[in-house]
Amino acid sequence: MSSEIRFTDFKSDKQPTWCPGCGDFGTMNGMMKALAETGNSPDDTFVVAGIGCSGKIGTFMHSYAIHGVHGRALPVGTGVKLANPDLEVMVAGGDGDGYSIGAGHFIHAVRRNVDMTYCVMDNRIYGLTKGQASPTSREDFETSTTPEGPKQPPVNPLALALSAGGTFIAQSFSTDAQRHAELVQKAIEHDGFGFVNVFSPCVTFNDVDTYDYFRDAIVDLDETDHDPTDRDAAKEKILDADKEYQGILYQDENSVPYSELHGIEGNMAEIPDGAPEGAMDLVREFY
Amino acid sequence: MPEDLNWAIGGEAGDGIDSTGKIFAQALSRAGRHVFTSKDFASRIRGGYTAYKIRSSVDRVESVVDRLDILVALTERTIEENMDELHDGSVIIYDGERTEMADVEVPEGMIGLDVPLKSLAEDAGGAIMQNTVALGAACEATNFPIENLDSALDKKFGSKGESIVENNKEAARLGQEYVQEEYDYDFDYDIDTTDNDYVLLNGDEAIGMGAIAAGCRFYSGYPITPATDVMEYLMGRIQQYGGTVVQAEDELSAINMALGAARAGARSMTATSGPGIDLMTETFGLVAQSETPLVICDVMRSGPSTGMPTKQEQGDLNMTLYGGHGEIPRFVVAPTTISECFHKTIEAFNLAEKYQTPVFLVSDLAMAVTEQTFEPEEFDMDEVEIDRGKVVDEDEIEAWTDEKGRFQPHFPTADGISPRAFPGTKDGAHMSTGLEHNALGRRTEDTDIRVEQVDKRNQKVKTAEEEEDWSPRTFGDEDADDLVITWGSNEGALREANQFLSDEGISVKFISVPYIFPRPDLTEEIEAADNAIVVECNETGQFANVLEHDSLTRLDRINKYTGVRFKADELADEIKQQLSQEVQA
Ligand SMILES: Cc1ncc(C[n+]2csc(CCOP(=O)(O)OP(=O)(O)O)c2C)c(N)n1
Ligand code: SF4
Repeated sequence: MSSEIRFTDFKSDKQPTWCPGCGDFGTMNGMMKALAETGNSPDDTFVVAGIGCSGKIGTFMHSYAIHGVHGRALPVGTGVKLANPDLEVMVAGGDGDGYSIGAGHFIHAVRRNVDMTYCVMDNRIYGLTKGQASPTSREDFETSTTPEGPKQPPVNPLALALSAGGTFIAQSFSTDAQRHAELVQKAIEHDGFGFVNVFSPCVTFNDVDTYDYFRDAIVDLDETDHDPTDRDAAKEKILDADKEYQGILYQDENSVPYSELHGIEGNMAEIPDGAPEGAMDLVREFY
Repeated sequence: MPEDLNWAIGGEAGDGIDSTGKIFAQALSRAGRHVFTSKDFASRIRGGYTAYKIRSSVDRVESVVDRLDILVALTERTIEENMDELHDGSVIIYDGERTEMADVEVPEGMIGLDVPLKSLAEDAGGAIMQNTVALGAACEATNFPIENLDSALDKKFGSKGESIVENNKEAARLGQEYVQEEYDYDFDYDIDTTDNDYVLLNGDEAIGMGAIAAGCRFYSGYPITPATDVMEYLMGRIQQYGGTVVQAEDELSAINMALGAARAGARSMTATSGPGIDLMTETFGLVAQSETPLVICDVMRSGPSTGMPTKQEQGDLNMTLYGGHGEIPRFVVAPTTISECFHKTIEAFNLAEKYQTPVFLVSDLAMAVTEQTFEPEEFDMDEVEIDRGKVVDEDEIEAWTDEKGRFQPHFPTADGISPRAFPGTKDGAHMSTGLEHNALGRRTEDTDIRVEQVDKRNQKVKTAEEEEDWSPRTFGDEDADDLVITWGSNEGALREANQFLSDEGISVKFISVPYIFPRPDLTEEIEAADNAIVVECNETGQFANVLEHDSLTRLDRINKYTGVRFKADELADEIKQQLSQEVQA
């Protein structure tokens, strides 16, 4: 079965409306590839999209999908996955969506460790609203709402994830197609919350964090002696503000996903025609 | 003497008032007596004071009244607080050995039973059981067979081990014997028992039980008074039926998780109170626009803002009726009794799935914290019907695909209801969104499609208006000239008020409305009445306003917004007064 699925099966017949050259093309292709590689089909995949240019991904892919409200994609994905563990749940959003309005949910989704994958298309800018500062924008990055720069340090999403007890923390670069797809695939295969921060450049509004910048700056962890199971080593890399890493920063090999800890199994869509067997016991309890 | 017994225990928060009251309520219920309880957190004076009040009778009771026959006073203030309700012959049980109770003045005409609660409890095994000693004393004062109390103690402490149960029974005996030996009053209260078996539960529990009965498997919520009991009820129980409860990080998350689970095909619910409803409002539109079935329960409390979190109010009607930007097709169902909390929850799930819309289930604090006895048959699980609406499986899906073989989840049908394919259904993959979309679920700004989809979604409500039964409940005198209309938890008090009024020869017709939207058209009844009064717990008369809008007739109002629910005798007086004023005018 799995061998029959090709990554193009996840493509919808709708042409993406992203600006030509947008990093989101590569991000999406890698996600589709990873889904196909892991043997999923569009009919058993559920994509939850945030709001923003990044959030349009649900439209351009073919699968069961929902495009939520700004910042709330992770709770929606949580509900989908817990209600039907058979579905492969993939949540996608932008840096504004995930680390600003949705930052609270992000921390808690990491802690909750539901077995799903979260890809954030981090372009360090608000794209859809046409170029305001995002939580990952640099301190001195001039935008329409921050003419002299935000003058506050950027959020470090990997550090947030690590401190919240993240069990799979990776970073990829959308245009390094092979590597990006491989990292998303590892996130899917991980038993728990697989988080991938994807550098996905905005060619229209961000002239600082460009393809050239990332190409030069990125250090691939596979070319270092980094041991992703070593949390202290991960901490050191993650807090290193001078480098942009690509690869798995941290993976807890003993991760136990939420549903296993909470004894959740089976598809909750299947219910009997009437009250469940033995429901009268619920009434008797009140005697 | 009176069949009707009004009993209360009062003290400081932390005195175990709630659990003691509940044990006595259970004992009464096990003795085949009907019970109606209320938790009074008096708002008049300083904080801290709490009381648990029980009204009990062999007949059904549905309200509290301004009368108190037996009072267990753990503090002096308890007597002060309840002065208005005490009367000649009322019994006050207190512990004179407690320093602050040493010089307690028992009002003239009343019977003070000074029982050394604490030292007797110590004799039985621990001071912690002092409230149980008081319950034993209360049994003696009411001639109530103490075996019923034993049985309630078994239930309460059974899981904590045999010795705790036995010690408590002993504590109760010591309290009983003390009164027997020290006082030789001929107590007035000789209360009857029956062989009936009743169940005793509150509105939140009834909602939780209804949810499980209806096949709800997913619940996510964030703790808030007075909705938390729904979550606490489900926790541990829903798992036995294959479901789960998730405590979300906030209400934004709670409703979005519930929405996700619903999209995955689960019957799904969230419950909250006012401040939480505010946060959830953002997602109301997404639920409606993506045509996701979802039950959103609002257990109202006193607002605005944090208001009076432990007090009663029915102030969120406008919020559930109109909350959210844009125009959101929805249903608003408001149970009017505790047993209806069960039935309307089941109905809410059926409406949500049949019409693929948000359904607001609106309850209130008075219902949530009140326990009432019912015949178990009122919660007949065999009667539960489940209607999942137009769910299509892989064989049926082709009928709903377009020429390119794509499934159309928002296909504009005549009744407005489109097919629904649960994720995992072969060839059903599709996109849902809060953006305006076409039949495929894809974004559009095409003017014709916009109109078509808006009409389609609103058509669902019109279809439901015709297909479902939205009738209200009527009681009192059908042919009376005067009409009283209400919604929510006031029905019980009005039923008893009706009794008081008809005893005085005043006949009134009552209409209790469990459906806020769509709602029954009451124009004819209102026009036919000499006087029509709307009773509700808010200041602005939110329900009266919508009814005035429907009937184009000015309605009289009885509004209470003290934070305390209506009492039956108080309502009877108010109704009488309003009617006599009308006569004079
Ligand atoms: C509650 C709410 N606030 C604001 C918006 C407007 N809005 C749409 S997209 C967006 C920012 C998206 O930025 P990001 O997540 O970085 O995604 P990008 O467009 O860059 O991919 C904002 C603020 C909205 N849709 N909803
Ligand atoms: S604005 Fe930026 S993020 Fe949005 S599509 Fe264009 S390039 Fe991509």
